[in-house]
Amino acid sequence: MAEFFATPFGTVVIIFAQCLAMLGFVMVSLLFLVYGDRKVWAAVQIRRGPNVVGAFGLLQSVADALKYVVKEIVIPAGADKTVFLLAPLVSFVLAVIAWSVIPMSEGWALSDINVAVLYIFAVSSLEVYGVIMGGWASNSKYPFLGSLRSAAQMISYEVSLGLIIIGVIISTGSLNFGDIVWAQDTKYGFFGWYWLPHFPMVFLFFISCLAETNRPPFDLPEAESELVAGYQVEYSATAFLLFMAGEYIAIFLMCALTSLLFFGGWLSPIPGLPDGVLWMIGKMAFFFFMFAMIKAITPRYRYDQLMRIGWKVFLPLSLAWVVIIAFLAKFEVLGAFWARFTMGG
Amino acid sequence: MTAMAFAFYLFAASVVVGGLFTVISRNPVHSVLWLILSFISAAGLFVLLGAEFVAMLLVIVYVGAVAVLFLFVVMMLDVDFAELKAEMARYMPLALLIGLILLMQFGIAYGAWEVSGGAEAARVAPTPLDIQNTTALGLLLYDKYFLLFQLAGLILLVAMIGAIVLSLRHRTDVKRQNVLHQMWRDPAKAMELKDVKPGQGL
Repeated sequence: MAEFFATPFGTVVIIFAQCLAMLGFVMVSLLFLVYGDRKVWAAVQIRRGPNVVGAFGLLQSVADALKYVVKEIVIPAGADKTVFLLAPLVSFVLAVIAWSVIPMSEGWALSDINVAVLYIFAVSSLEVYGVIMGGWASNSKYPFLGSLRSAAQMISYEVSLGLIIIGVIISTGSLNFGDIVWAQDTKYGFFGWYWLPHFPMVFLFFISCLAETNRPPFDLPEAESELVAGYQVEYSATAFLLFMAGEYIAIFLMCALTSLLFFGGWLSPIPGLPDGVLWMIGKMAFFFFMFAMIKAITPRYRYDQLMRIGWKVFLPLSLAWVVIIAFLAKFEVLGAFWARFTMGG
Repeated sequence: MTAMAFAFYLFAASVVVGGLFTVISRNPVHSVLWLILSFISAAGLFVLLGAEFVAMLLVIVYVGAVAVLFLFVVMMLDVDFAELKAEMARYMPLALLIGLILLMQFGIAYGAWEVSGGAEAARVAPTPLDIQNTTALGLLLYDKYFLLFQLAGLILLVAMIGAIVLSLRHRTDVKRQNVLHQMWRDPAKAMELKDVKPGQGL
């Protein structure tokens, strides 16, 4: 068996199996994320939420997914057919392939590349295409307005997201997720993680993540009171399912990114307890809970407010932070507090 | 055929096909989408060359930012495709002539090209193998060529400021939002509760 896996065909089999395992994890967690999102939302509004299919309604998402798959895809007469069907695929595939560089535990990444952070950033900058293509190909007013809003919003917040990540990269001296996590492995446990040295930026990062994934309070591209459902208006059945799945997978990716960059990834918060994949999953679940709570308790922003925060508040702050962190790390103020490259990467 | 060769031909073919369809597709939005395919395939070629940093930058800058702006502009244009095609047919002979001349020039250059032994030796990787691409690029840009790098940035900044100055118009007839004013608004003063007696009104 061992010599079979050393042959080129065996290597392909291994890679394929690993990809399937990652995809399986993402898809199964997707089912329960949608369920969890609805339950949290319902609990805040003092409702029960989904509670019919399966025990406590746990299988509600499975039933919904099945319903979407067996329905008919309606393609509007004036739509650009190819682009119309390509858009949900683009949105789903890009959300999934970003997971190939996310390490769930030490060395548990499909591909442990040097420029992993840049790769994530590149893929998330492509995600806007699914939305733009969907909105344009529908050949209808509301989807088009929604896609234009989304494009402007995602481009704006990507800038500050990138600058905040640059601060982490300067501290670590590496673009690899493994190095970034190991640089946070100090004897102080929870207090050694990057959220403390990069304290103000953690909040900016989280808020930018909300805007980047079109989540409330920044869900203007699909603001149902103004645009019906934004770029998704003309989509039905499987095409709509792919859009929605892509959106939730992108949100879960942002949770993974937050825990890797600022909250020590798979490291244990208490020194002495074993590190491992469970910590990583727990942190991701916690950040998803935060996403769900914010959806439940905040009102929607006005579009000019959204753009103002992105360009006039977040961008100058994060740009200034890059310079400050470069200074602090270069001259090793407080020893290894900001300059972790001496120990990790 | 090895996996590398297969990947190379795949990416190379899709660069060429993407470029071709960028030119010949009837719908400008489709053109931009083909152009994006071309960009992404070029990034794949860079990865095969071992220049993963440049590949990622290509995707982030060209596909993630520049092409989105292209798409933005093209989507909002109201173009008459039939008229556009007629124009294209009129200039076709000239375009073919330019293409032919370029092709012949390439032929001449390629036919007369001889690689000297010294050039072949100079192609050995100049960076030591234990330094990553990204680190090597950073050391060159921010240490060795620091001044040139900063000057290039300054030139871009001047160009940007120039574009803004040329196109900025201060309009007085639009409603503007004063966000600070809105944030400092006191909820206690914004609303007054009146106790309305039944059958009387205010």
